[in-house]
Amino acid sequence: MTAPQPHGRSTTPVPPIALTDGAVSLQGRPVLRGIDLQVAPGEFLALLGPNGSGKSTLVRTLVGLWPLTRGRLQLFGTDHGDFRAWHRVGFVPQRSSATSGVPASVREVTSAGRLSRRRLLRPLGRADRAAVDDALELVGLADRARDGVSQLSGGQQQRVLIARALAGEAELYLLDEPTAGVDRANQEALAGALAALKARGATVVLVAHELGPLAGLVDRSVLMRDGRIVYDGAPLGDHGRHRPGPDGHHVHPDHAGRPHPDHTAHLGAPLDVHPGTHRSGGRAR
Amino acid sequence: MSTWDLFSYPFMQRALIAAVFTGIAAPAIGTYLVQRRLSLMGDGIGHVAVTGVALGLATGGSPTWTAVLVAVIGAVAIELIRERGHTSGDVALALLFYGGLAGGVMITGLAGQSASRLQTFLFGSITTISPSDVVVTMVLAAVVVVLCVGLAPQLFAVAQDQEYARVAGLRVRAYNLLVAVLAAVTVTVAMRTVGLLLVSALMVVPVATSQQLTRSFRTTLGAAMVLGVLASVGGLVVSAFASERATVAPGPSIVLLSLAGFLLAWPVGLGVRRRARLRTPFDDDLPDDHDEVDDHPHDHGPACGHVAVPHDDHLDYVHDGHRHAVHDRHYDEH
Repeated sequence: MTAPQPHGRSTTPVPPIALTDGAVSLQGRPVLRGIDLQVAPGEFLALLGPNGSGKSTLVRTLVGLWPLTRGRLQLFGTDHGDFRAWHRVGFVPQRSSATSGVPASVREVTSAGRLSRRRLLRPLGRADRAAVDDALELVGLADRARDGVSQLSGGQQQRVLIARALAGEAELYLLDEPTAGVDRANQEALAGALAALKARGATVVLVAHELGPLAGLVDRSVLMRDGRIVYDGAPLGDHGRHRPGPDGHHVHPDHAGRPHPDHTAHLGAPLDVHPGTHRSGGRAR
Repeated sequence: MSTWDLFSYPFMQRALIAAVFTGIAAPAIGTYLVQRRLSLMGDGIGHVAVTGVALGLATGGSPTWTAVLVAVIGAVAIELIRERGHTSGDVALALLFYGGLAGGVMITGLAGQSASRLQTFLFGSITTISPSDVVVTMVLAAVVVVLCVGLAPQLFAVAQDQEYARVAGLRVRAYNLLVAVLAAVTVTVAMRTVGLLLVSALMVVPVATSQQLTRSFRTTLGAAMVLGVLASVGGLVVSAFASERATVAPGPSIVLLSLAGFLLAWPVGLGVRRRARLRTPFDDDLPDDHDEVDDHPHDHGPACGHVAVPHDDHLDYVHDGHRHAVHDRHYDEH
């Protein structure tokens, strides 16, 4: 007695991010040009490139902090201008903005991640508190929940910002250089949290200068230079200088059995150009 | 007549009520200003409000309402200037501050009002507050407190990280303007208590005092409001008792009492922060090779009095620039 699906398209997953021919100018200066980027559900995408290549600008455009001067951006199938389901998006900004002029505890900053799901003038509910606890557990800061954020090291503060995004229980996470200036131990804690996210099926877009311990999680690399995408395909090594070898792609035991819709197309075929999607496929300029 | 009998007079009771309400409201909104590192914004609004008071005196209207109006316009202008960028914003704010003060003095003079009339607004005159002004004070202060506490999660997030708040779908600009308007309302409410030139102190000093000892935003906000009430009621009482011997205005007493609280809390806060810094766990990796300490004459232990800092799976004892970790029967230098 189930009603038929109105369009019968429910089997095709809606891409969390679809950007076509995107261009961004900041104060009149063109920064991004001709960006085509589709991210499939469950994909773990690393956005690489030298300083000034536009990778942070791209992520900030995807979350709506910079307006597109050209092109079309859809989030979860909805045009960006009409998109209101911000609880589906978790954003981790770049600068360590965890501290402010007044003390704030780790738990308070993390709880801000629930705001996209809370109504006005309502206290934190049980589900909110559970999500905050879970997020702190995931980044390994559960025992510091009551401490002031300013008492933490830089790497731990970065983890708090990640916990804040996790607390929102989003489906799509965008992280702007979470590893910048973070020591090895904190990078590994971060990699653990992101691996858990990935195992839950979340889509991750990560801007990084170096991947470090995160390299093993990446499904797909996008390399930017001078505001354009110059490579889009199988994971690259840390600086993206070289093309991936035959073993450049490895399979991880924790998600080996799970389907990756947009994954197989890139595997072993980084030179294939997806018609109308990627401007220069796997060819480094 | 003992000084306590003063408090049986209606004018003193009105003053007490006004002191309680402004004492709660000023630090409540002040916490958000301090969080945005805009501690002087209250001061700026206060200067602009002088023009509003002068307009009220000149036109024969109510100085309170013209002050509210002009202060809100000024606060929104300050917020919009701030939003547009930091470089020129600083100078633009200064222009607004001094323009407001000079304009106020000028208009008061042109209207033939005496400077002493203006002075009651500049430095407060809580004991001359009229019954209708008390009601206005109570209502406006209650609105400020309810919004500051009720919208605390949103206001906190917007002040903490504006970009994150925007991605979370909050209307950042609306909240910023709300804080500006609430600050303007608070300034005009507090202008009868401590005066336009001292109002910023009641908004900022209790917050500065409470954050010496707090680690979370919520306790900072709550403690600041308690300290604000203690200072404003305490200042009023002090000035009442002192008035037998000298002219002691309530406004300055309130501010000085508040500052005295800060002077008491500050060294305690310094000590607490120093202690916390000393005891922050070392999160570096264990060294592969390390120097053994030969013949350490002292036994480190829980009761030895040296600072013990967690490091990985053990404690490092810190003294005289060393970090000593117990290893078998000797100490390693970590």
